[in-house]
Amino acid sequence: MSMGDTSLVEWIATSLLVLGALFYLAGTVGLLRFPDVHCRLHALTKADNLGLLLVCAGLGLLACDWQVAALLGTIWLLGLLAATVSAHLIARHACRDHSATSSRTGSA
Amino acid sequence: MISWLLPGLVVFLLLNLAAGLVRVARGPTPADRMSSALLFGSTTVAVLLILAEWMSEPAMRNVALLFVMLAAVISLAFFGMPRDIGAGDDEP
Repeated sequence: MSMGDTSLVEWIATSLLVLGALFYLAGTVGLLRFPDVHCRLHALTKADNLGLLLVCAGLGLLACDWQVAALLGTIWLLGLLAATVSAHLIARHACRDHSATSSRTGSA
Repeated sequence: MISWLLPGLVVFLLLNLAAGLVRVARGPTPADRMSSALLFGSTTVAVLLILAEWMSEPAMRNVALLFVMLAAVISLAFFGMPRDIGAGDDEP
């Protein structure tokens, strides 16, 4: 398999980064296209965190340094925490809003 | 290594942010507008990390770390913690 000047590690890192970008795209499309706030939150938190994981993995490979990889792992875990807390609060607020104004029709 | 991969990714992620603004403009409920803040949080962290690698600037990774910690606080600040953990049905 002629690799040209890029080594195997860079090919793997490149594919990870591109996959991560695709998952970010999926999260954004989900945010724009899904009908309900809960579906949007679901799509957003899942796709974006997987995108962040793939991007962190690709960058960790590129950096070739254990300390940087550990920092990227920490950033990803904190990203999980941030998304979880935020999604929970937003969904709770949306539920209360919906129940408070039950006459609200389907959101656009 | 494709030289334009990292800048291309940064531009792509920033376009994602711009697309997220559509939800802010259109979102019927405040919860929808807040969900794009979630998108901004995670996308900006990825942009910062890619810039750190591209410009080989290790300090940017610490910026990303700080930003991801603040991302959790954004919606916390917006919605507020339930005062009495038990019932938890009061408006913030």
